[in-house]
Amino acid sequence: MSNFRLCPDTGLFFDKNAESLMKVHAVAAVVSLLVAGLLALGVALTRWPAVHLLPADQFYMFLTAHGIDALLFWIIFFEIAILYFAGSTLLRVRLAAPKWAWLGFALMLIGAVTTNVAIFQGNSSVMMTSYVPMQAAPHFYLGLILFAVGALIGCFVFFGTLVIAKTENTYEGSVPLVTFGAITAAIIAVFTIASGAIILVPTFLWSIGYISHIDPEMYRIIWWAMGHSSQQINVAAHVSVWYLVAGLTLGARPMSEKVSRFAFLLYIFFLQLASAHHILVDPGVSAEWKIFNTSYAMYLAVLASMIHGLTVPGAMEVAQREKGYTHGLFEWLRKAPWGNPAFSSTFISLVIFGFIGGITGVVMGTEQINLIIHNTIYVPAHFHATVAVGTTLTFMGLAFFLIPVLFRRQMILPTLAKWQPFLFGGSMTVLILFMMGAGTLGVSRRHWDMDFAGAALSFEYSGMAYTLMGIAGIGAVVAVISGGAFLLITVGSLLFGKKLEPSAGILQSFLGVPLSADTYNAKPEILPMAAPVEEHGSAGFEAPGTFVLAMVLLVSFIVYYFINWKYLASVWPLS
Amino acid sequence: MTSYLPPAQRIWWNVPVGRQEIVWITIALIWCLILFFMMPYWHVYGKQNLSTEAYKTTPAQYGPKVQAMIDKYTVRTETEQQIPVVAPPAGSDIYMLARLWQWWPILELEKGKTYRLHLSSMDWQHGFSVQPVNINMQVVPGYEMVLNITPDVAGEYGVVCNEYCGIGHHTMLGRIYVKE
Amino acid sequence: MADPSNTPDDEKERIPAMQSLLDNHFLLLFIGVAMPAVFYIIWGIMEVVTVPIAQ
Repeated sequence: MSNFRLCPDTGLFFDKNAESLMKVHAVAAVVSLLVAGLLALGVALTRWPAVHLLPADQFYMFLTAHGIDALLFWIIFFEIAILYFAGSTLLRVRLAAPKWAWLGFALMLIGAVTTNVAIFQGNSSVMMTSYVPMQAAPHFYLGLILFAVGALIGCFVFFGTLVIAKTENTYEGSVPLVTFGAITAAIIAVFTIASGAIILVPTFLWSIGYISHIDPEMYRIIWWAMGHSSQQINVAAHVSVWYLVAGLTLGARPMSEKVSRFAFLLYIFFLQLASAHHILVDPGVSAEWKIFNTSYAMYLAVLASMIHGLTVPGAMEVAQREKGYTHGLFEWLRKAPWGNPAFSSTFISLVIFGFIGGITGVVMGTEQINLIIHNTIYVPAHFHATVAVGTTLTFMGLAFFLIPVLFRRQMILPTLAKWQPFLFGGSMTVLILFMMGAGTLGVSRRHWDMDFAGAALSFEYSGMAYTLMGIAGIGAVVAVISGGAFLLITVGSLLFGKKLEPSAGILQSFLGVPLSADTYNAKPEILPMAAPVEEHGSAGFEAPGTFVLAMVLLVSFIVYYFINWKYLASVWPLS
Repeated sequence: MTSYLPPAQRIWWNVPVGRQEIVWITIALIWCLILFFMMPYWHVYGKQNLSTEAYKTTPAQYGPKVQAMIDKYTVRTETEQQIPVVAPPAGSDIYMLARLWQWWPILELEKGKTYRLHLSSMDWQHGFSVQPVNINMQVVPGYEMVLNITPDVAGEYGVVCNEYCGIGHHTMLGRIYVKE
Repeated sequence: MADPSNTPDDEKERIPAMQSLLDNHFLLLFIGVAMPAVFYIIWGIMEVVTVPIAQ
């Protein structure tokens, strides 16, 4: 049991195994992001009509690898690190089965490398979705299967860690809210990975000739149970990180444990049904199936996100008001620690995820409206708002936090780090808004040439579509540069950052734990429960500024939703 | 007192929820129900709904049906590839075939008339994207989807393939004429 | 959030059913896998296999 290191700056206890595993997962994640970002540049400079950089074969190869490296490898490597943090570190317990955890990591790494090799060998440019009967090389599927098995092992190591914490009584009562959010993410991950196995194992067997036929519609339904749900893991994970960062940077506590946990429960029940968003204009499924699943059974998972949309900034506002920033509706927000990249990336991510990612997701996931959006470039616009700003920017902020805490290095280039979240969030927002516009004008996703060079017939998009794609291209290039700034800071800090002394005082000790500890012989005491606090103003509105922001969100949501119905009503009647 | 420590109360479920959250949850729930009921509402009162009529088919079965329509109703051909332009009578079954990398044939329809449009693919998955009106459908091999369409604005429409289908994807462009 | 009833006495108080559900992580795991497996995958596959064959 004397396998713990006390972080003198945060009071967090790190189990040695968990710490090493978190480090390797974080490094593998950042390397995946580096590859994904370089590929993004090629993709963006090709879709920028005036540049049109790559030839078609390379463009599709880059796009396939960009999707897989960014949406699967970067995010899931990082999420396994978050699970180990939320399990072992937050509960002050040793990690279960560290050998299995290392095996899981090895499988994920081998899988990620194998799939990337398959793609860059050139015969597997099948896009992330690899829709049958288009076929990739067998090791393309094999790599994904190995990666999925490794991630599944990681999930079960996390669940095992929860069991140890419970039996060894390292905490009293219920697990912390952040850990509960991580449990939500892990549950969704188990379903996601199981669906992936159900469909990718037969597809692999088909690619080596053991199975003669895979039904393409069945493939689509089961593949999307993985493809969409993997992004729902992100939602649960980054919402937990929002709560975590609110706690770490502002000392915020949940406004109500009951409300926040109930919202996570709604995710567990309903979030994964939204895989149906991809099947809305497919043949062979009934309107009842589409309506029930696309709406997460009456939009109950949307309700959950709207709840988090109030309670995360609300918790921040309450914490700030307690510090005395009580003037007017928004002093708490103006006086927030905007110079701390962990905070600013979280808040920017929260706003863009809610206002753009959330609203566009509901609009395009509406059964009938989907037919004016399906497979247009509006779709990647939506998921760059949810994944690139929602998840990736949140994880970037957490990575900035982990450099001193986990890796014990002082961050290099602090001024650049201060500006990086604004630059990345801002340029991504430009990319997203202009791709949404181009998608509304019918520009398709996954398409090399909007001029259709070499086609027997011709069709011309409006000049506006070209302009929008050009501006989106500029946004994308700036986003890649600011992603590069993130990599420069994190990798540079790991390599060249000053090693921190046991107590460098970068962050305040917030648990009142004494600041003396030798490495790895700290003995964690039982995790304290949160201190009860005085009730204030629960009869009134504790966080009025947040409520105003929430109402602005609601009004934007209503207006944009009905604009899209109006637009739908203008297209050819269909029945 | 933070989000990453166990809750302060052993029984936190019974801690009363603040009024602000209750008000917001109520508003949000009402909005979610409106979002939900818009879909069945549109099925009854809206004009743009997808039919769920679909059949299992094969290229060997679907190809001849398309050819039969072409043989019967071709009015002219276009481009050096001799793509047939087919003008079937209003109200009839019309067929569009997707294959690497063609939409086949060109359809010539009458404005304001309803047709039963059949869609299927001979090989990989394709995306039927009528532009600039921006109607998008997934075309899946082995499945024949049947949609009732009523083109209500005359003009020349492009049929873009918007599901990635290999190296010639961007050359897969078809056409639909809608005549006054 | 200081609940006036939060005294040592309520250590004996029964934990509400919803709180027990939220603390039972393996039951949540089962529900979280079963819900989409039934409503999305199984129902969806049934729809696809019952598509009639074209004439």
